[in-house]
Amino acid sequence: MLTKRIIPCLDVTDGRVVKGTSFTELRDAGDPVELAAFYYKEGADELVFLDIGATPEGRNIMVDVVERVSEQVFIPLTVGGGLRSIDDMRRMLKAGADKITINTAAVLNPELISEGAKRFGSQCIVVAIDARREAQALQEKTDDVPKWEVLTHGGREPTGIDAIQWAKEAVELGAGELLLTSWDADGHQTGYDLELTRITSEAVTVPVIASGGAGNLEHLCQALVSGKADAVLAASIFHYRTYSIRQAKDYLAERGIAVRR
Amino acid sequence: MVVIVDYGAGNLRSVVNAINKLGYQPSITSNPAEVLNARAVILPGVGAAADTVESLRALGMVDPIRQVIAEGRPFFGVCIGLQVLFTGTEEGGWHECLGIIPGRVRKLPVGLKVPQMGWNQVKQKVSHPIFSGIPDGANFYFVHSYYVEPDDKSLVAGETEYGIPICSVVAKGNLVATQFHPEKSGELGLKMYSNFMKMVLTGEQV
Repeated sequence: MLTKRIIPCLDVTDGRVVKGTSFTELRDAGDPVELAAFYYKEGADELVFLDIGATPEGRNIMVDVVERVSEQVFIPLTVGGGLRSIDDMRRMLKAGADKITINTAAVLNPELISEGAKRFGSQCIVVAIDARREAQALQEKTDDVPKWEVLTHGGREPTGIDAIQWAKEAVELGAGELLLTSWDADGHQTGYDLELTRITSEAVTVPVIASGGAGNLEHLCQALVSGKADAVLAASIFHYRTYSIRQAKDYLAERGIAVRR
Repeated sequence: MVVIVDYGAGNLRSVVNAINKLGYQPSITSNPAEVLNARAVILPGVGAAADTVESLRALGMVDPIRQVIAEGRPFFGVCIGLQVLFTGTEEGGWHECLGIIPGRVRKLPVGLKVPQMGWNQVKQKVSHPIFSGIPDGANFYFVHSYYVEPDDKSLVAGETEYGIPICSVVAKGNLVATQFHPEKSGELGLKMYSNFMKMVLTGEQV
């Protein structure tokens, strides 16, 4: 039986892991290579690295981080943040990344998804979607289904694009996986946006990684069960050692969720 | 000594890192003569099987790979490196593959998330040195949309459940190939490569 994955996320800027609230107010959380090795030993199923500075210098640092991590960490590595071209993707894959995640660049240029999938395979292309729940007042009165809007540029730019529609389109274009972050929940540690996660997961045929809002182990459990996510991504609860990966897996296993231990 | 075939596969580096970690220095090559003279060969792979077959043909790698396997030299195929050994694949319409193992490569059943992405258990169907020190039912990392179906079921050395039982390890003598990625499967994945390297070093026909 395919197990559910627990994925620590390392937001990196200037070669340091940081964590913020709703994409701002950053706190330092350590050295990316050391943290990666630590999570590998703890039993993390995959790792995600996001270059949140997304500057050219930051990208060079990220290449170096990925190279060093891939020499000692033998689980899948997903890398993203500021990747805009096939060449950017190739560079990260050559450095040792297994998957590439694209967000703003995919919205601005959806062909990047199909082109990347064609060159490197769909399994390589993770489309990251930052979704913000639309205020009830803004919603069409014709239905009660909530809506989410895609944000780009690290959550700063609204796009007017419906997140669920974009998720479907990204998969049609060749995305092999979706990394779905709730802008509203991110960094608040009050739980994932379960509705967003479930509706997206049911709308697409590829795996969905739930992200944004994990504050305790029950939140992980909810995202996997009610949210129907295939994997859960979390940062703060692991970086600040609130819980270990092992504790998280024990908790999920006790509730009947298949995990790798 | 051990040659890793470089035909442009994206995950080449991961495989090299894993073998390096075990203390071996593999040779990485796109030269068919080097494959022909290798003591053992690893064929990594991600992406589409048909493209990989094309790349191998363009490099003149097909006959050397066929010969290495025919002579019983240790060979390890990973993911697409497993699938290309078969007669053909359904991926993107029917495409002929290398035809070294009779059987076909089929699409995973509908109703499940495709690709299968993540850790799943490998049930060991036979006793083989590649499983030495690896518990039956251990988890390995999978990422694939197609699976192999060998005509000769005795080739199925490992089986994994994903809606249906799928063949996740083929092993026959010194020919080993996995649907999962040992280089991404943590310490037990490294153990599997270590078992393969021991097969290479002892040089005995399994």
